[in-house]
Amino acid sequence: MKLHRRTGSARWALATIPMGLAKAAVAGTGSAPATPSIFSPASTPADSIYHLSLFVLAICGAIFLTVFILLVYSTVKFRRRAEDDGREPAQIYGSNQMELAWTVIPVLIVVVLFLATARVIHAVEDARFPPGTIEVSAVGHQFWWEFQYPEQGFITANELHVPVSDASHPTPTHITLLSADTDHSFWVPKLAGKTDLIPNRSNSMWIDPHEVGVYVGQCAQYCGTQHAKMLLRVVVESREDFERWIANERQPAQQTASALRGRQIFETTACVNCHTVSGTNANGKFGPDLTHLMSRETIAAGAAQNTPENLRLWIKDPDTFKPGSLMPAMQLQDQELDAVTAYLLTLR
Amino acid sequence: MANAESILKPMVVSPAAEGARPLLDLLHDWIVTVDHKRLGLMYIIYGILFLVIAGLEATVMRIQLAIPHNHFVSPQVFNQLFTMHGTTMVFLVGMPLLFGLANYLAPLMIGARDMAFPRLNAFSFWMSALGGLILYFSFIGGSGLYGAGSAPDVGWFAYAPLTSPAFSVGHSTDYWIVGLLVSGIGSIGTAANIVTTILCMRCPGMTLGRMPLFAWLNLVTSALVLIVISPLTAAQIMLLIDRYLGGHFFDTQAGGSAVIWMHFFWIFGHPEVYVLIIPGFAIASEVIPVFSRKPIFGYSIMVAATLAIGFLSLSVWAHHMFTVGMTSYANAFFTASTMAIGVPTGIKIFNWLGTMWGGKIRFSVPMMFCVAFLFQFLIAGLTGIMLSASPFDWQLGNSYFVVAHFHYVLMGGLVFTIFAAFYYWYPKVTGRMWNETLGKWHFWLFLVGFHLTFDFMHIPGVLGMPRRIYTYEAGRGWEIWNLIISIGVIFQIAGILFWVVNFIWSYFRGEPAGNDPWDAWTLEWSTTSPPPDYNFAKIPVVDSRRPLWDLKHPEDPDWKYE
Amino acid sequence: MAAPSIALKQPEMPLSHELRGRVGMWCLIAAESAIFSIFVVAYLYYAGKSLGGPTPGEVLHVPIFNSICLFSSSFTIVMAERAIAQGKLRLFGTWWFLTIALGAIFIAGTAREWYRLIYEDGLTISTNLFGTTYYSLVGLHAFHVIVGLIGLSIIMIFTALGYVAQEHAERIGVFAMYWHFVDAIWVVVLSVVYFIAR
Repeated sequence: MKLHRRTGSARWALATIPMGLAKAAVAGTGSAPATPSIFSPASTPADSIYHLSLFVLAICGAIFLTVFILLVYSTVKFRRRAEDDGREPAQIYGSNQMELAWTVIPVLIVVVLFLATARVIHAVEDARFPPGTIEVSAVGHQFWWEFQYPEQGFITANELHVPVSDASHPTPTHITLLSADTDHSFWVPKLAGKTDLIPNRSNSMWIDPHEVGVYVGQCAQYCGTQHAKMLLRVVVESREDFERWIANERQPAQQTASALRGRQIFETTACVNCHTVSGTNANGKFGPDLTHLMSRETIAAGAAQNTPENLRLWIKDPDTFKPGSLMPAMQLQDQELDAVTAYLLTLR
Repeated sequence: MANAESILKPMVVSPAAEGARPLLDLLHDWIVTVDHKRLGLMYIIYGILFLVIAGLEATVMRIQLAIPHNHFVSPQVFNQLFTMHGTTMVFLVGMPLLFGLANYLAPLMIGARDMAFPRLNAFSFWMSALGGLILYFSFIGGSGLYGAGSAPDVGWFAYAPLTSPAFSVGHSTDYWIVGLLVSGIGSIGTAANIVTTILCMRCPGMTLGRMPLFAWLNLVTSALVLIVISPLTAAQIMLLIDRYLGGHFFDTQAGGSAVIWMHFFWIFGHPEVYVLIIPGFAIASEVIPVFSRKPIFGYSIMVAATLAIGFLSLSVWAHHMFTVGMTSYANAFFTASTMAIGVPTGIKIFNWLGTMWGGKIRFSVPMMFCVAFLFQFLIAGLTGIMLSASPFDWQLGNSYFVVAHFHYVLMGGLVFTIFAAFYYWYPKVTGRMWNETLGKWHFWLFLVGFHLTFDFMHIPGVLGMPRRIYTYEAGRGWEIWNLIISIGVIFQIAGILFWVVNFIWSYFRGEPAGNDPWDAWTLEWSTTSPPPDYNFAKIPVVDSRRPLWDLKHPEDPDWKYE
Repeated sequence: MAAPSIALKQPEMPLSHELRGRVGMWCLIAAESAIFSIFVVAYLYYAGKSLGGPTPGEVLHVPIFNSICLFSSSFTIVMAERAIAQGKLRLFGTWWFLTIALGAIFIAGTAREWYRLIYEDGLTISTNLFGTTYYSLVGLHAFHVIVGLIGLSIIMIFTALGYVAQEHAERIGVFAMYWHFVDAIWVVVLSVVYFIAR
C-alpha cells in the first residue's frame, strides 16, 4: 500500500522538478546576456515565435496536466488491494461515446493550434521589407561564415554587423543564405529561428534587432569535423556606429611600413591561395577575408579570442584551437611567424 | 491413450537441462535453424548486444560533453560516435529487437506452428547480422580521412553533400551505405514474412477481428516497413552511384540537389520511427490488459487508430525539413499533417487509460514499465506537438530539444516497453521466473537515470545548444544541464546491469514458471514454457479475442459480447 | 489446460494457408514498387535540369520493338501458366521458352541502345543529370529483368530435366507474378522516360 502511494508521489515529484526548473530557466535567461535563450527574443521573428511558443506550451501544459492527473488517479485508485477477493473486475470492452469525445476534442485543439501556427509561418516567411533594409549575403563554408554586403561593396567574415531597428522606423536586415560546400544553418536564437544554408540553393531570412548588443549563435546543421566551432556573432549597433563600421570595411587594407616583411611573407607563401586582403594581390576565396581582421573580437569563427598570442598560435598550427579545420599548418619559421602576425595585427 | 499431459509434453526439454550435448552440435543447430522461436531469440540477443555497444558509445559522448571544452575524445572520434550510436540504435537494436519479438510471438499468438517462410526467416536474420558486421567492421577496416579505423562520421542521416566523394574521402561512408543496404534486405524479408504469416497462417476461428492487438500492430508495422525501407535503399543506391560511378544525384556542382536526399531520407526516416514505436504499442496493448485484469478498451478503435497512424506517417516527413527554406504553404501543410497524427496517437493513450480504469492493477515489474511508458510517451508526444509547429521548430529544430524529444519517445517509450515485454514473456521463453527484487531495482534505477538525463536535456535546447557538437562554449548557460544529463547515465548503466544479472541468474536459478504465470488470455500462454518446437500439439480453434478467458470463464465467455 | 477448442459452431476460416506464396510475392512487389517510385521521382525532378550534355530529345528513340517483345512475354507466360494448370507440360515448356527468348531480346536491345548512347552520343552515367537518372532507372529495371530471366532459366532447366509437374502450377503462378510486375514497371518507365519527360 505504502509502496504504491510512494510510487505516485515519487513520479509526481520527478515530473514537476524539471517543469519547475524549466520555468526558472526561462525566467532566469533574461538576466544572463550571453545565454542565447529562445525565450528572450530581441527581434521580431524571434518574438513572434516566442509568443506562439507560449500559446503552444500553454495548451500542451493543459493537456499534460489533465492526462497526468487521470493516469495518477487510475494507478492509485484501481490498484489491487491486499484484501482483494480475487474476482475479476467488470469486463468493459469500450465505449463509443468516450471514443467520440476523445477524438473530437483533440481534433478541435489541433485545428486551433494549426491556425495560430499558420499565421506566424506566414508573418515570418512572407514578410515584406521596407526601403532601407540592409541586404547581406551569408555564405556558409566549412567552418566559417562569409558575409557579403553587396550594396556597400565589401566582404567580411564571421562577425555580422547590423544596425539596430527602431519599431517606428524599421531597418531590418535581410540575409540571403548560400553555401560554398555542404549544408550549414544560421542560428542566433535571440534574433530569429534558424534557416539552413544549402549548396545550389538560395534561402532567405531576416532580423530586426530592437536592442544594441552582441548576440551569439552557431552553425546548427552538422557540416563536418569542426561544426562545433563554427560560431556566430551578430553585433547590433546604433546607426552611427554601423555607418562608421561600414566606412572602415570599405577601405582597402592599411599599408604599414613596419609590417612590410610580414606582408612579403604573407604574399609569397600559400596564404594568398585562400585569403583576400583587398588592395593587395592576395585574393584567395577559400578562407575568410582578412582585410579588417583586427576589427573582429574572435578568430577562427569564434574558436579563440583575437589576441596576438592566439593569432600566432593559430597560424602556427590551427589544430591548437580547431583540429580538423581546413586551414593547414603553414610550416613557418619562428621569425616568419612573428613577422606575419605583426602584419596581420595591422589589418584594422 | 492421449491425455492433456502427453499431448502437450514437449519434445525439446527446457534449454537449461540440455547440457550434455557437444557445443559444436548445439552451435550448428542454432546456425542452421529455421525455427521462428530460435531466430526470434537470435534477433533479440543480437539487439541486446548492440544496445550495450551503442550505450557505451553514448556514455563516451556524455563524458565528453559533461564539461565545456573537454578533451576526452577528439572531434573526429566524437563525430563517429554519434553517427554510429544513432545508426546502431535504429537499425541494429530497434529493428532486430522488434522483429525478434514478432518472430517469436506472432505465430504463437495466432495459433500457427511457424512463420509462413521459415527459410526466408533465416536468410533475413543472417542478412541483418551481416549488415551489422559490415557497419562495425568500419572501426577497423575503413581507411578514411583519419587513418586506420574509420567508422562513418556523417551523422545517422548522412546528409548530402557531406557524403559526396568530395567531402567524405575514404570508405567510412561506404560502410554506412553497404551495411544498411544489406541489413535492409533482411528487414524487407522479415517484414514480408510477418505480413504473410499474419494474413495466411491464423488458426481456425481467428478472423482479423479476433487477433491479439500484438498481431495487428505488427502487421501494420511490417506493411509499413515494406514501403518505407525501400526509399532508403533507393537513396543509398543513388549515393553509391554518385560515389563510385560518377553519378550526380546529389552533386550540387552538377545541378543536383542536396534537398532531394533529405526528402528521400525522411520519406523513409519518419515512418521508420513509427515502425519502431508501434511494436512498443503492441507490447503495451498486451501487458496493460492482463495486469489490469480487463480487456483492452476499444479494440476496434485501437486497430483503426493504428491504421490511421500508419497512413498518416507517410505524409509528415518534411517536418524534419522545416528549416530548409520550403515555402510557407509547404511548412503549413506539414505542420497540419504532423499535428493530425497526434490525434490517433492520443486516442491510444486514452484507450490504455480506459483499460486501467476500473481494473485491479497488479504492479509487477512489466506493468511498472508500462505505466512509466504511458507517462513518458505522453510527454514525448506533447514535445512532438511543440516541434510540429513549424516556427517553434525553427528555434528548437536541430537543437538538444529535438534530441531530448526523440530519446523520450525511443527510450522512454520504446525501451521501456521492451523491458516490459522482456519481463512479461521471459517466463514463456525460458520456463523460469525472474527475480522480482532485481527487477524492481532495474526499474527504479533506470527510471531515475532516464529522467535525469532526458528531462533536463530539453533545457540546453531551449537555451540555444545545437546537436552534434563535440564541445560547447562556456558562459552560455549550458554547463550545469550537461553535467546533470551526463550523471543520469550512471543510473541507467546501473539499471541495465541489474537487468542483465537478473536474466542470466534467473535462467539457471529461477523458479519454474509454468505455462501461464500471469493468468493471461492469448494463445501463447496455452502451450508449455518454453513452447515445444511445433508450438501446439493440436492447432487451436478460437471463438473470441481472448480464447483462454473463454476457457477459464465458461460461464461468461467473450464471444457473447463481441 | 488442454488445447483450447470450443466448437460450438463451425469456426470461421481466415485467409487460407495456400495463399502464402501470392501474399508474399505481393509484399515483395510492394517493396520493389517503392524503390522504383523513388527513382522515377528523381528522374522527373531532374528532368530539364542538366547543366550541359546530351538531352533526352536529342538522343532517345522510343524502343518500340523491345517493348513489344517484353509486353508479349507477359502474354506467353500467361499461356504457360494455363498449360501447366491443365497438365500440358510440353506446351508449358514451349511457352516458357518463348518467354525467356522475348525477355532476352529485350535485354539485348537495351544493351544495343546503351552501346549507341555511350559510344556514339557520348551519354554516360556521369555525363550529366540526365545520364545519371536515365541509366539508373532503366538499369534498375533491366537488372530486375535479368533476375527474372535467371529465375525463368532455372525453371526451364528443371522442366527439361522432368522435375516440374502439374502440382507446381501454383508456384509457377507466384513466379509469374514477378514477371508481370517487371512488365508493369516497364510501362511506367517507358512512359516517363520516352514520353512524359522527353
